Amino acid sequence: MGLDNVRLDHRIISGLVPRGSTVLDLGCGNGDLLYILIKEKIVRGQGIEIDEHAIYKCVAKGLNVFHGDIDSGLADYQDKSFDYVILNQSLQQIRHFETVFNDALRVGRRVIIGLPNFAHFSSRFQLFFLGKAPVTRSLPHTWYDSPNVHFLSMTDFIDFCIRQNITIEKRVYLSEDREIHLFANIFSTAGIFVVSR
Amino acid sequence: MADIGIVETKYFTFAEPPNELALQCKEKLGPITLAYETYGQLNLEKNNAVLIAHALSGDAHAAGFHKGQSKPGWWNDLIGPGKAFDTNKYFVICSNVLGGCKGSTGPASINPKTNKPYALDFPLISIWDMARCQKHLIDFLGINKLLSVAGGSMGGMQVLAWLVLFPEKIRSIIPIATAFRHSPQQIAFNEVSRQAIMADSHWKAGNYYAGAHPVKGLALARMIGHITYMSDESMAEKFGRLRMADSEPFKFTADFEVEGYLKYRGDNFVRRFDANSYLYITEAMDNFDALEKGSLEKLLHGHKVKVLVMAFKSDWLYPAYQSKEIIKACKLSGVEASYCEINSTYGHDAFLLETEEETHLITHFLKKVFFRYEVTGDYGA
Repeated sequence: MGLDNVRLDHRIISGLVPRGSTVLDLGCGNGDLLYILIKEKIVRGQGIEIDEHAIYKCVAKGLNVFHGDIDSGLADYQDKSFDYVILNQSLQQIRHFETVFNDALRVGRRVIIGLPNFAHFSSRFQLFFLGKAPVTRSLPHTWYDSPNVHFLSMTDFIDFCIRQNITIEKRVYLSEDREIHLFANIFSTAGIFVVSR
Repeated sequence: MADIGIVETKYFTFAEPPNELALQCKEKLGPITLAYETYGQLNLEKNNAVLIAHALSGDAHAAGFHKGQSKPGWWNDLIGPGKAFDTNKYFVICSNVLGGCKGSTGPASINPKTNKPYALDFPLISIWDMARCQKHLIDFLGINKLLSVAGGSMGGMQVLAWLVLFPEKIRSIIPIATAFRHSPQQIAFNEVSRQAIMADSHWKAGNYYAGAHPVKGLALARMIGHITYMSDESMAEKFGRLRMADSEPFKFTADFEVEGYLKYRGDNFVRRFDANSYLYITEAMDNFDALEKGSLEKLLHGHKVKVLVMAFKSDWLYPAYQSKEIIKACKLSGVEASYCEINSTYGHDAFLLETEEETHLITHFLKKVFFRYEVTGDYGA
Protein backbone atom coordinates (compact mmCIF):
# COMPACT_ATOMS: atom_id res chain seq x y z
CA MET A 1 0.00 0.00 0.00
CA GLY A 2 1.44 3.38 -0.94
CA LEU A 3 1.78 6.46 1.18
CA ASP A 4 1.18 8.87 -1.71
CA ASN A 5 -1.82 10.54 -0.14
CA VAL A 6 -0.24 10.76 3.28
CA ARG A 7 0.97 14.07 4.71
CA LEU A 8 4.68 14.66 4.16
CA ASP A 9 5.57 14.91 7.86
CA HIS A 10 3.68 11.67 8.56
CA ARG A 11 5.53 9.97 5.70
CA ILE A 12 8.87 11.15 7.08
CA ILE A 13 8.09 10.04 10.63
CA SER A 14 6.92 6.66 9.34
CA GLY A 15 10.31 6.34 7.67
CA LEU A 16 12.09 7.10 10.95
CA VAL A 17 10.30 4.47 13.06
CA PRO A 18 11.63 0.90 12.83
CA ARG A 19 9.18 -1.95 12.29
CA GLY A 20 7.64 -3.42 15.41
CA SER A 21 8.53 -0.52 17.73
CA THR A 22 6.36 0.65 20.61
CA VAL A 23 5.11 4.20 20.12
CA LEU A 24 3.39 6.81 22.27
CA ASP A 25 1.93 9.68 20.23
CA LEU A 26 1.40 12.75 22.40
CA GLY A 27 -1.30 14.99 20.98
CA CYS A 28 -2.25 12.35 18.41
CA GLY A 29 -5.25 14.30 17.08
CA ASN A 30 -7.52 12.18 14.87
CA GLY A 31 -4.94 9.42 14.99
CA ASP A 32 -3.85 9.64 11.35
CA LEU A 33 -0.14 9.25 12.13
CA LEU A 34 -0.60 6.42 14.63
CA TYR A 35 -2.82 4.67 12.15
CA ILE A 36 -0.15 4.81 9.44
CA LEU A 37 2.53 3.64 11.87
CA ILE A 38 0.45 0.63 12.89
CA LYS A 39 -0.42 -0.28 9.31
CA GLU A 40 2.99 0.34 7.77
CA LYS A 41 5.38 -0.38 10.61
CA ILE A 42 3.32 -2.80 12.73
CA VAL A 43 4.06 -0.70 15.81
CA ARG A 44 2.28 -1.12 19.12
CA GLY A 45 0.78 2.32 19.47
CA GLN A 46 -0.90 4.43 22.15
CA GLY A 47 -2.21 7.95 21.71
CA ILE A 48 -2.95 10.77 24.14
CA GLU A 49 -5.28 13.53 23.00
CA ILE A 50 -7.15 16.37 24.71
CA ASP A 51 -9.99 16.85 22.20
CA GLU A 52 -13.03 14.65 22.88
CA HIS A 53 -14.18 14.53 19.25
CA ALA A 54 -10.72 13.46 18.12
CA ILE A 55 -10.96 10.61 20.66
CA TYR A 56 -14.09 9.31 18.90
CA LYS A 57 -12.26 9.36 15.56
CA CYS A 58 -9.28 7.50 17.04
CA VAL A 59 -11.49 4.80 18.56
CA ALA A 60 -13.33 4.42 15.23
CA LYS A 61 -9.95 3.67 13.62
CA GLY A 62 -9.32 0.99 16.23
CA LEU A 63 -6.60 2.97 18.03
CA ASN A 64 -5.85 2.95 21.74
CA VAL A 65 -6.14 6.50 22.99
CA PHE A 66 -6.32 8.28 26.33
CA HIS A 67 -8.37 11.42 26.74
CA GLY A 68 -6.22 13.95 28.56
CA ASP A 69 -3.63 16.70 28.26
CA ILE A 70 -0.02 16.10 27.33
CA ASP A 71 1.31 17.95 30.37
CA SER A 72 -0.11 15.38 32.80
CA GLY A 73 -0.35 12.33 30.54
CA LEU A 74 3.28 11.26 30.81
CA ALA A 75 3.78 11.25 34.55
CA ASP A 76 2.16 7.83 35.13
CA TYR A 77 4.55 5.98 32.83
CA GLN A 78 7.66 4.19 33.97
CA ASP A 79 11.07 4.96 32.43
CA LYS A 80 11.61 3.60 28.92
CA SER A 81 8.02 2.43 28.50
CA PHE A 82 8.20 3.09 24.74
CA ASP A 83 10.78 2.85 21.98
CA TYR A 84 9.52 6.16 20.60
CA VAL A 85 7.56 9.05 22.05
CA ILE A 86 6.24 11.28 19.28
CA LEU A 87 5.51 14.96 19.69
CA ASN A 88 4.51 16.06 16.22
CA GLN A 89 3.33 19.64 15.90
CA SER A 90 2.15 19.58 19.50
CA LEU A 91 5.04 20.62 21.71
CA GLN A 92 4.74 24.28 20.86
CA GLN A 93 1.23 24.08 22.36
CA ILE A 94 2.49 22.72 25.65
CA ARG A 95 2.80 25.21 28.44
CA HIS A 96 5.69 23.63 30.30
CA PHE A 97 7.89 22.74 27.35
CA GLU A 98 10.98 21.77 29.27
CA THR A 99 9.19 19.56 31.82
CA VAL A 100 7.20 17.67 29.20
CA PHE A 101 10.16 17.30 26.89
CA ASN A 102 12.31 15.88 29.67
CA ASP A 103 9.50 13.55 30.70
CA ALA A 104 9.12 12.39 27.09
CA LEU A 105 12.86 11.61 27.03
CA ARG A 106 12.41 9.62 30.24
CA VAL A 107 9.37 7.62 29.05
CA GLY A 108 10.72 6.94 25.53
CA ARG A 109 14.10 5.56 24.49
CA ARG A 110 13.92 8.12 21.72
CA VAL A 111 11.73 11.12 21.07
CA ILE A 112 10.60 12.18 17.61
CA ILE A 113 9.66 15.83 17.66
CA GLY A 114 8.12 17.78 14.80
CA LEU A 115 8.32 21.57 15.13
CA PRO A 116 7.24 24.47 12.94
CA ASN A 117 10.04 26.85 12.05
CA PHE A 118 9.28 30.40 13.11
CA ALA A 119 12.35 31.60 11.21
CA HIS A 120 11.15 30.59 7.75
CA PHE A 121 11.94 33.33 5.20
CA SER A 122 8.30 34.32 4.75
CA SER A 123 7.98 34.88 8.50
CA ARG A 124 11.21 36.86 8.45
CA PHE A 125 9.91 38.89 5.54
CA GLN A 126 6.60 39.71 7.24
CA LEU A 127 8.29 40.64 10.48
CA PHE A 128 11.16 42.60 8.92
CA PHE A 129 9.51 44.42 6.03
CA LEU A 130 5.87 44.55 7.01
CA GLY A 131 6.53 44.85 10.72
CA LYS A 132 3.78 42.31 11.45
CA ALA A 133 3.57 39.09 13.43
CA PRO A 134 3.94 36.44 10.73
CA VAL A 135 1.03 34.34 9.47
CA THR A 136 2.17 31.52 7.18
CA ARG A 137 0.78 28.24 5.91
CA SER A 138 2.58 26.24 8.59
CA LEU A 139 1.77 28.91 11.21
CA PRO A 140 -1.72 29.93 10.13
CA HIS A 141 -2.80 31.68 13.31
CA THR A 142 -3.00 35.38 14.02
CA TRP A 143 -1.39 36.67 17.21
CA TYR A 144 -4.74 36.83 19.04
CA ASP A 145 -6.01 33.34 18.28
CA SER A 146 -2.80 31.31 18.11
CA PRO A 147 -2.66 28.16 20.24
CA ASN A 148 1.13 28.36 20.10
CA VAL A 149 2.74 29.28 23.38
CA HIS A 150 6.36 28.79 22.29
CA PHE A 151 7.92 30.48 19.29
CA LEU A 152 11.17 28.92 18.16
CA SER A 153 13.35 28.35 15.14
CA MET A 154 15.28 25.28 14.08
CA THR A 155 18.45 26.89 15.41
CA ASP A 156 16.76 27.62 18.74
CA PHE A 157 15.85 23.97 19.13
CA ILE A 158 19.35 22.76 18.26
CA ASP A 159 20.84 25.21 20.81
CA PHE A 160 18.38 23.94 23.41
CA CYS A 161 19.44 20.32 22.80
CA ILE A 162 23.12 21.21 23.10
CA ARG A 163 22.54 23.04 26.39
CA GLN A 164 20.48 20.13 27.77
CA ASN A 165 22.91 17.43 26.62
CA ILE A 166 20.30 15.92 24.35
CA THR A 167 21.66 14.01 21.37
CA ILE A 168 20.12 14.79 18.00
CA GLU A 169 20.38 11.47 16.15
CA LYS A 170 18.60 12.46 12.97
CA ARG A 171 17.09 15.62 11.55
CA VAL A 172 14.83 16.20 8.56
CA TYR A 173 13.78 19.66 7.35
CA LEU A 174 10.80 20.16 5.14
CA SER A 175 8.79 22.77 3.28
CA GLU A 176 5.21 22.37 2.13
CA ASP A 177 5.91 19.46 -0.21
CA ARG A 178 9.57 18.41 -0.06
CA GLU A 179 12.61 17.98 2.10
CA ILE A 180 15.03 20.91 2.51
CA HIS A 181 18.77 20.27 2.63
CA LEU A 182 20.41 23.72 2.49
CA PHE A 183 19.94 26.75 4.77
CA ALA A 184 17.24 24.89 6.62
CA ASN A 185 16.62 27.60 9.20
CA ILE A 186 15.58 29.92 6.39
CA PHE A 187 13.89 27.65 3.89
CA SER A 188 12.19 25.00 5.99
CA THR A 189 8.71 25.48 7.42
CA ALA A 190 9.16 22.61 9.83
CA GLY A 191 11.75 20.22 11.18
CA ILE A 192 11.56 16.67 12.48
CA PHE A 193 14.23 15.53 14.95
CA VAL A 194 15.01 12.16 16.48
CA VAL A 195 16.54 12.85 19.87
CA SER A 196 17.67 10.86 22.89
CA ARG A 197 19.47 11.37 26.16
CA MET B 1 -33.04 1.02 15.84
CA ALA B 2 -35.10 -2.04 16.61
CA ASP B 3 -35.67 -3.47 20.05
CA ILE B 4 -35.18 -7.08 21.00
CA GLY B 5 -38.88 -7.58 21.65
CA ILE B 6 -40.28 -9.80 24.38
CA VAL B 7 -37.75 -11.32 26.75
CA GLU B 8 -38.01 -13.61 29.76
CA THR B 9 -36.07 -13.92 32.97
CA LYS B 10 -34.52 -17.34 33.58
CA TYR B 11 -33.16 -18.86 36.76
CA PHE B 12 -29.99 -20.81 37.52
CA THR B 13 -29.41 -22.52 40.85
CA PHE B 14 -26.03 -23.77 42.04
CA ALA B 15 -23.96 -24.22 45.22
CA GLU B 16 -26.38 -26.83 46.55
CA PRO B 17 -25.29 -28.19 49.94
CA PRO B 18 -22.80 -29.62 50.64
CA ASN B 19 -21.09 -27.66 47.84
CA GLU B 20 -21.99 -24.22 49.12
CA LEU B 21 -20.16 -21.18 47.79
CA ALA B 22 -17.33 -20.00 50.04
CA LEU B 23 -17.82 -16.26 50.40
CA GLN B 24 -15.21 -13.57 50.86
CA CYS B 25 -16.37 -13.19 54.49
CA LYS B 26 -15.40 -16.87 55.10
CA GLU B 27 -19.03 -17.94 55.50
CA LYS B 28 -20.69 -20.38 53.15
CA LEU B 29 -23.90 -19.86 51.24
CA GLY B 30 -26.06 -22.25 49.25
CA PRO B 31 -28.08 -23.00 47.35
CA ILE B 32 -27.80 -19.81 45.33
CA THR B 33 -30.19 -18.81 42.57
CA LEU B 34 -29.34 -16.19 39.96
CA ALA B 35 -32.02 -14.55 37.86
CA TYR B 36 -30.63 -13.87 34.40
CA GLU B 37 -31.58 -12.89 30.89
CA THR B 38 -29.80 -13.48 27.60
CA TYR B 39 -30.17 -11.67 24.28
CA GLY B 40 -28.88 -12.76 20.87
CA GLN B 41 -27.29 -16.11 20.04
CA LEU B 42 -24.14 -17.75 21.31
CA ASN B 43 -22.10 -18.60 18.19
CA LEU B 44 -20.54 -22.01 17.49
CA GLU B 45 -17.08 -20.87 18.61
CA LYS B 46 -18.71 -19.51 21.80
CA ASN B 47 -16.53 -16.41 21.55
CA ASN B 48 -19.20 -13.72 21.22
CA ALA B 49 -20.54 -13.60 24.78
CA VAL B 50 -20.71 -10.29 26.65
CA LEU B 51 -21.57 -10.10 30.34
CA ILE B 52 -23.39 -6.98 31.51
CA ALA B 53 -23.17 -6.12 35.21
CA HIS B 54 -25.85 -3.90 36.72
CA ALA B 55 -25.65 -1.04 39.19
CA LEU B 56 -27.02 -0.76 42.76
CA SER B 57 -30.73 -0.79 41.94
CA GLY B 58 -30.57 -2.65 38.63
CA ASP B 59 -31.64 -6.18 37.78
CA ALA B 60 -31.30 -8.94 35.19
CA HIS B 61 -33.76 -7.23 32.88
CA ALA B 62 -31.30 -5.13 30.90
CA ALA B 63 -33.06 -5.00 27.54
CA GLY B 64 -36.25 -5.80 25.68
CA PHE B 65 -39.72 -5.96 27.18
CA HIS B 66 -41.35 -8.31 29.64
CA LYS B 67 -44.70 -9.56 28.42
CA GLY B 68 -47.41 -6.97 29.03
CA GLN B 69 -44.93 -4.30 30.18
CA SER B 70 -44.44 -0.95 28.45
CA LYS B 71 -41.10 -0.14 30.10
CA PRO B 72 -38.01 -1.76 28.55
CA GLY B 73 -34.95 -3.07 30.41
CA TRP B 74 -32.62 -0.61 32.12
CA TRP B 75 -29.97 -0.51 29.32
CA ASN B 76 -32.31 -1.02 26.36
CA ASP B 77 -30.72 1.92 24.53
CA LEU B 78 -27.41 0.08 24.40
CA ILE B 79 -28.45 -3.56 23.99
CA GLY B 80 -30.30 -4.78 20.90
CA PRO B 81 -30.04 -5.33 17.16
CA GLY B 82 -27.65 -2.74 15.69
CA LYS B 83 -26.98 -1.14 19.08
CA ALA B 84 -23.69 -0.88 21.01
CA PHE B 85 -24.04 -4.41 22.34
CA ASP B 86 -25.35 -5.64 19.01
CA THR B 87 -27.50 -8.73 19.56
CA ASN B 88 -27.15 -9.60 15.86
CA LYS B 89 -23.46 -10.22 16.58
CA TYR B 90 -23.09 -10.82 20.28
CA PHE B 91 -24.65 -13.02 22.94
CA VAL B 92 -25.46 -10.69 25.83
CA ILE B 93 -25.96 -11.94 29.39
CA CYS B 94 -27.16 -10.01 32.42
CA SER B 95 -27.86 -11.45 35.87
CA ASN B 96 -29.25 -9.99 39.07
CA VAL B 97 -26.45 -9.73 41.66
CA LEU B 98 -26.05 -11.96 44.67
CA GLY B 99 -27.81 -10.17 47.55
CA GLY B 100 -30.33 -8.62 45.17
CA CYS B 101 -34.10 -8.83 45.36
CA LYS B 102 -35.08 -9.31 41.73
CA GLY B 103 -34.96 -13.08 41.52
CA SER B 104 -31.45 -13.79 42.81
CA THR B 105 -30.72 -15.07 46.30
CA GLY B 106 -30.66 -12.23 48.81
CA PRO B 107 -31.74 -11.35 52.34
CA ALA B 108 -35.42 -11.57 51.36
CA SER B 109 -34.99 -15.15 50.08
CA ILE B 110 -36.09 -18.12 52.17
CA ASN B 111 -33.33 -19.59 54.31
CA PRO B 112 -33.65 -23.37 53.77
CA LYS B 113 -32.47 -23.97 57.33
CA THR B 114 -35.29 -21.99 58.95
CA ASN B 115 -37.88 -21.79 56.15
CA LYS B 116 -38.06 -18.06 56.88
CA PRO B 117 -36.47 -15.13 55.03
CA TYR B 118 -32.77 -14.79 55.80
CA ALA B 119 -33.09 -11.15 56.87
CA LEU B 120 -29.88 -10.33 58.76
CA ASP B 121 -28.85 -13.99 58.90
CA PHE B 122 -27.82 -13.46 55.30
CA PRO B 123 -24.02 -13.40 55.18
CA LEU B 124 -22.12 -10.24 54.33
CA ILE B 125 -21.62 -10.44 50.58
CA SER B 126 -18.98 -8.69 48.49
CA ILE B 127 -18.48 -7.49 44.93
CA TRP B 128 -16.01 -10.40 44.60
CA ASP B 129 -18.80 -12.83 45.50
CA MET B 130 -21.09 -11.25 42.91
CA ALA B 131 -18.43 -11.85 40.24
CA ARG B 132 -17.85 -15.43 41.43
CA CYS B 133 -21.57 -16.15 41.11
CA GLN B 134 -21.57 -14.69 37.57
CA LYS B 135 -18.63 -16.97 36.78
CA HIS B 136 -20.76 -19.99 37.81
CA LEU B 137 -23.48 -18.80 35.44
CA ILE B 138 -21.00 -18.34 32.58
CA ASP B 139 -19.66 -21.87 33.17
CA PHE B 140 -23.21 -23.21 33.19
CA LEU B 141 -23.86 -21.49 29.85
CA GLY B 142 -20.82 -23.30 28.44
CA ILE B 143 -18.72 -20.19 27.85
CA ASN B 144 -14.99 -20.52 28.45
CA LYS B 145 -13.94 -16.97 27.63
CA LEU B 146 -16.03 -13.81 27.54
CA LEU B 147 -15.64 -11.32 24.74
CA SER B 148 -16.22 -8.56 27.26
CA VAL B 149 -17.56 -7.66 30.70
CA ALA B 150 -19.22 -4.25 30.85
CA GLY B 151 -21.05 -2.15 33.41
CA GLY B 152 -21.41 1.26 35.00
CA SER B 153 -21.13 2.36 38.63
CA MET B 154 -21.39 -0.78 40.82
CA GLY B 155 -21.55 -2.70 37.55
CA GLY B 156 -18.10 -1.29 36.80
CA MET B 157 -16.86 -2.57 40.16
CA GLN B 158 -17.97 -6.08 39.18
CA VAL B 159 -16.14 -5.59 35.88
CA LEU B 160 -12.97 -4.76 37.83
CA ALA B 161 -13.54 -7.77 40.11
CA TRP B 162 -13.67 -9.97 37.00
CA LEU B 163 -10.42 -8.46 35.80
CA VAL B 164 -8.72 -9.30 39.09
CA LEU B 165 -10.27 -12.75 39.65
CA PHE B 166 -10.48 -14.16 36.13
CA PRO B 167 -8.18 -12.24 33.77
CA GLU B 168 -7.70 -15.39 31.66
CA LYS B 169 -11.46 -15.68 31.16
CA ILE B 170 -12.03 -12.30 29.52
CA ARG B 171 -10.82 -10.65 26.34
CA SER B 172 -11.84 -7.12 27.27
CA ILE B 173 -13.51 -4.99 29.91
CA ILE B 174 -15.62 -1.83 29.74
CA PRO B 175 -15.78 -0.19 33.19
CA ILE B 176 -17.93 2.96 33.06
CA ALA B 177 -18.20 5.75 35.67
CA THR B 178 -16.71 3.57 38.35
CA ALA B 179 -13.82 3.26 40.82
CA PHE B 180 -11.27 0.79 42.19
CA ARG B 181 -12.66 1.67 45.61
CA HIS B 182 -15.10 4.08 47.21
CA SER B 183 -13.86 7.42 48.51
CA PRO B 184 -14.95 8.57 51.99
CA GLN B 185 -17.55 10.77 50.26
CA GLN B 186 -19.11 7.80 48.48
CA ILE B 187 -19.11 5.75 51.68
CA ALA B 188 -20.68 8.68 53.54
CA PHE B 189 -23.65 8.92 51.17
CA ASN B 190 -24.20 5.16 51.40
CA GLU B 191 -24.00 5.29 55.18
CA VAL B 192 -26.62 8.05 55.39
CA SER B 193 -28.86 5.92 53.18
CA ARG B 194 -28.38 2.89 55.41
CA GLN B 195 -29.05 4.92 58.53
CA ALA B 196 -32.27 6.20 56.96
CA ILE B 197 -33.47 2.60 56.50
CA MET B 198 -32.39 1.45 59.95
CA ALA B 199 -34.01 4.47 61.60
CA ASP B 200 -37.41 3.43 60.24
CA SER B 201 -39.35 1.83 63.11
CA HIS B 202 -40.63 -0.84 60.72
CA TRP B 203 -37.12 -2.06 59.98
CA LYS B 204 -36.97 -4.09 63.24
CA ALA B 205 -33.37 -5.19 62.84
CA GLY B 206 -34.25 -6.54 59.43
CA ASN B 207 -37.14 -8.77 60.55
CA TYR B 208 -39.96 -6.95 58.80
CA TYR B 209 -40.97 -9.48 56.16
CA ALA B 210 -44.10 -10.65 58.03
CA GLY B 211 -45.41 -7.12 58.56
CA ALA B 212 -45.08 -3.56 57.30
CA HIS B 213 -41.82 -2.85 55.45
CA PRO B 214 -39.55 0.14 56.28
CA VAL B 215 -40.77 1.99 53.21
CA LYS B 216 -40.19 5.49 54.56
CA GLY B 217 -36.56 4.76 55.33
CA LEU B 218 -35.98 3.06 51.99
CA ALA B 219 -37.70 5.90 50.09
CA LEU B 220 -35.49 8.41 51.89
CA ALA B 221 -32.40 6.36 51.03
CA ARG B 222 -33.42 6.40 47.38
CA MET B 223 -34.04 10.16 47.46
CA ILE B 224 -30.51 10.71 48.76
CA GLY B 225 -29.24 8.42 46.03
CA HIS B 226 -31.01 10.35 43.31
CA ILE B 227 -29.50 13.63 44.44
CA THR B 228 -26.04 12.12 44.04
CA TYR B 229 -26.88 10.75 40.58
CA MET B 230 -27.69 14.19 39.16
CA SER B 231 -25.60 17.34 38.80
CA ASP B 232 -26.27 20.92 39.86
CA GLU B 233 -26.70 21.76 36.20
CA SER B 234 -29.00 18.85 35.30
CA MET B 235 -31.22 19.62 38.31
CA ALA B 236 -31.42 23.30 37.37
CA GLU B 237 -32.32 22.31 33.83
CA LYS B 238 -34.88 19.72 34.84
CA PHE B 239 -36.62 21.53 37.72
CA GLY B 240 -35.35 25.07 38.11
CA ARG B 241 -37.24 26.61 41.02
CA LEU B 242 -40.59 25.62 39.54
CA ARG B 243 -43.39 24.73 41.87
CA MET B 244 -45.91 21.97 41.24
CA ALA B 245 -48.87 23.21 39.19
CA ASP B 246 -51.70 23.92 41.63
CA SER B 247 -49.88 23.94 44.93
CA GLU B 248 -49.76 27.02 47.09
CA PRO B 249 -46.62 27.14 49.20
CA PHE B 250 -47.55 25.59 52.51
CA LYS B 251 -45.73 24.29 55.52
CA PHE B 252 -43.26 21.57 54.47
CA THR B 253 -45.24 19.97 51.70
CA ALA B 254 -43.33 18.95 48.58
CA ASP B 255 -44.04 22.06 46.50
CA PHE B 256 -40.96 22.44 44.40
CA GLU B 257 -40.74 20.28 41.30
CA VAL B 258 -37.50 18.81 42.58
CA GLU B 259 -39.19 17.81 45.84
CA GLY B 260 -42.02 16.14 43.96
CA TYR B 261 -39.58 14.31 41.72
CA LEU B 262 -37.59 12.92 44.64
CA LYS B 263 -40.76 11.88 46.45
CA TYR B 264 -42.04 10.15 43.33
CA ARG B 265 -38.72 8.35 42.87
CA GLY B 266 -38.62 7.29 46.50
CA ASP B 267 -42.23 6.06 46.62
CA ASN B 268 -41.77 4.18 43.36
CA PHE B 269 -38.61 2.51 44.53
CA VAL B 270 -40.06 0.91 47.65
CA ARG B 271 -42.49 -1.05 45.48
CA ARG B 272 -39.67 -2.79 43.67
CA PHE B 273 -36.79 -3.00 46.11
CA ASP B 274 -36.06 -4.71 49.41
CA ALA B 275 -34.62 -2.54 52.18
CA ASN B 276 -32.25 -5.26 53.46
CA SER B 277 -30.92 -5.78 49.94
CA TYR B 278 -30.17 -2.05 49.83
CA LEU B 279 -28.18 -2.38 53.06
CA TYR B 280 -26.23 -5.45 51.94
CA ILE B 281 -25.43 -4.18 48.47
CA THR B 282 -24.33 -0.67 49.50
CA GLU B 283 -22.14 -2.28 52.18
CA ALA B 284 -20.57 -4.52 49.51
CA MET B 285 -19.81 -1.45 47.40
CA ASP B 286 -18.19 0.38 50.31
CA ASN B 287 -16.06 -2.60 51.33
CA PHE B 288 -14.83 -3.28 47.80
CA ASP B 289 -11.22 -2.53 46.97
CA ALA B 290 -10.13 -3.88 43.59
CA LEU B 291 -6.50 -3.50 44.60
CA GLU B 292 -6.67 -5.34 47.94
CA LYS B 293 -5.28 -8.49 46.31
CA GLY B 294 -2.21 -6.64 45.05
CA SER B 295 -1.36 -4.12 42.39
CA LEU B 296 -3.09 -4.45 39.05
CA GLU B 297 0.23 -4.02 37.26
CA LYS B 298 1.54 -7.33 38.54
CA LEU B 299 -1.78 -9.05 38.06
CA LEU B 300 -2.22 -7.98 34.46
CA HIS B 301 1.33 -8.73 33.47
CA GLY B 302 1.27 -11.03 30.46
CA HIS B 303 -2.50 -10.85 29.97
CA LYS B 304 -3.84 -9.43 26.76
CA VAL B 305 -7.03 -7.93 28.13
CA LYS B 306 -8.17 -4.82 26.25
CA VAL B 307 -9.70 -2.00 28.24
CA LEU B 308 -12.18 0.79 27.46
CA VAL B 309 -12.83 3.21 30.33
CA MET B 310 -15.46 5.95 30.29
CA ALA B 311 -16.18 8.75 32.74
CA PHE B 312 -18.49 11.76 32.60
CA LYS B 313 -17.52 15.35 33.19
CA SER B 314 -20.34 16.32 35.57
CA ASP B 315 -20.27 13.04 37.54
CA TRP B 316 -19.30 14.08 41.05
CA LEU B 317 -20.31 10.79 42.69
CA TYR B 318 -17.77 8.79 40.64
CA PRO B 319 -15.47 11.62 39.50
CA ALA B 320 -13.21 11.20 36.47
CA TYR B 321 -10.09 11.02 38.64
CA GLN B 322 -11.25 7.59 39.80
CA SER B 323 -11.44 6.37 36.20
CA LYS B 324 -8.01 7.85 35.56
CA GLU B 325 -6.64 5.63 38.34
CA ILE B 326 -7.77 2.63 36.29
CA ILE B 327 -6.01 4.12 33.28
CA LYS B 328 -2.86 4.68 35.31
CA ALA B 329 -2.80 0.98 36.19
CA CYS B 330 -3.18 0.17 32.48
CA LYS B 331 -0.28 2.48 31.64
CA LEU B 332 1.96 0.82 34.22
CA SER B 333 1.07 -2.71 33.15
CA GLY B 334 1.29 -2.04 29.42
CA VAL B 335 -2.30 -3.13 28.88
CA GLU B 336 -3.95 -1.78 25.73
CA ALA B 337 -6.53 0.76 26.79
CA SER B 338 -8.64 3.71 25.73
CA TYR B 339 -10.21 6.35 27.93
CA CYS B 340 -12.79 9.01 27.21
CA GLU B 341 -14.19 11.62 29.57
CA ILE B 342 -17.52 12.31 27.93
CA ASN B 343 -18.80 15.86 28.14
CA SER B 344 -22.17 15.55 29.86
CA THR B 345 -24.28 17.56 32.28
CA TYR B 346 -26.25 14.57 33.56
CA GLY B 347 -23.98 13.72 36.48
CA HIS B 348 -23.61 10.05 37.41
CA ASP B 349 -26.88 9.25 35.61
CA ALA B 350 -25.00 9.97 32.36
CA PHE B 351 -23.92 6.35 32.03
CA LEU B 352 -27.60 5.50 31.45
CA LEU B 353 -28.35 8.58 29.33
CA GLU B 354 -25.37 9.52 27.12
CA THR B 355 -26.11 6.63 24.83
CA GLU B 356 -24.89 8.14 21.55
CA GLU B 357 -21.29 8.61 22.70
CA GLU B 358 -21.25 5.32 24.57
CA THR B 359 -22.63 3.53 21.52
CA HIS B 360 -19.91 4.94 19.27
CA LEU B 361 -17.08 4.00 21.61
CA ILE B 362 -18.40 0.56 22.58
CA THR B 363 -19.34 -0.42 19.00
CA HIS B 364 -15.86 0.23 17.61
CA PHE B 365 -14.07 -1.15 20.66
CA LEU B 366 -16.01 -4.44 20.67
CA LYS B 367 -15.56 -4.85 16.91
CA LYS B 368 -11.81 -4.53 17.32
CA VAL B 369 -11.73 -7.08 20.14
CA PHE B 370 -14.07 -9.49 18.37
CA PHE B 371 -12.27 -9.47 15.01
CA ARG B 372 -8.81 -9.22 16.66
CA TYR B 373 -7.53 -6.45 14.40
CA GLU B 374 -5.21 -3.60 15.31
CA VAL B 375 -6.62 -0.83 13.15
CA THR B 376 -9.52 -0.76 10.77
CA GLY B 377 -10.22 0.28 7.19
CA ASP B 378 -8.00 2.08 4.71
CA TYR B 379 -6.09 5.35 4.74
CA GLY B 380 -8.21 8.35 5.42
CA ALA B 381 -10.89 6.19 7.02
